[in-house]
Amino acid sequence: MPSYQFPVEATQIALFVRAAGGADVDVYDPGLSAPPTFVQSGVQFDPDWPFRPRPGEPWLGSGREATGDPAAGDGSILHAEQHFEYVRPVRPGMVLTATTEPGKTWVKRSRSGAELHFAEQRIEYRDADGHLVVAARNVSVTPVAAGGEQQ
Amino acid sequence: MNKGDRFEQVLTEDLTRTQIVQYAGVSGDYNPVHTDEVFARHAGFPSVFAHGMLTMAMTAQALTGWLGGDNLTRYGVRFKKQVWPGDRLVVTAEVQDIGTDESGQRLAELTVTTRNGAGEEVLAGYVTARAGQ
Repeated sequence: MPSYQFPVEATQIALFVRAAGGADVDVYDPGLSAPPTFVQSGVQFDPDWPFRPRPGEPWLGSGREATGDPAAGDGSILHAEQHFEYVRPVRPGMVLTATTEPGKTWVKRSRSGAELHFAEQRIEYRDADGHLVVAARNVSVTPVAAGGEQQ
Repeated sequence: MNKGDRFEQVLTEDLTRTQIVQYAGVSGDYNPVHTDEVFARHAGFPSVFAHGMLTMAMTAQALTGWLGGDNLTRYGVRFKKQVWPGDRLVVTAEVQDIGTDESGQRLAELTVTTRNGAGEEVLAGYVTARAGQ
């Protein structure tokens, strides 16, 4: 199962809280803990994360043209569900190991006749001692037209 | 906290593209459907739209102000509609039940809904939180 390490830093927590519409936090507060969905930002450290530009590699977003890398798709994989179970608080200084495991897959048909391909993924975030900190489960959906092409 | 307790808070009166970009930057999700208007229109969307996880984070930000930051034990949602720049977002939560875990800790089970300015649900889910005596 793929895994990566995710160092938790106070500054990243502060920026995350701001982005979520919160007030500034005290980054020196020894009791500072991360917001409930903060572990999602661990993808910053995921070497396989597809939605991050990398030097020298084509990027799917616009530059001279409206889309940069057609082979990368059109970004239409949508996030359908997200679930978290919290076992321990996430605090600055922790180094979490995130381990990803694929889950169930299933297909539904939309009202427009397209096939909706659902895929579940489970991610466990464990501390340096191997204790479970957060368990996450997400479901993504990819619309596929009747002809079989991703919409 | 008791069964039937209800919480409501405006998350934003006018979601900005800049807040979406703020979230992309810190979360690491730079999918251009959220950050790149040219690309989003090319992909068939009327504009960029917010990450579902931004709505989930904004909803959590409000809920933890009420429930306490480290008190959540479970939080899960379904993303029901896309959230667009300019949307007004309001979260409501209601305590459906109060129980206890194996250690005797009181736990509140809540439903959570975030709606846009048209009153449509954009996010619906649940929270379990440790509750005081």
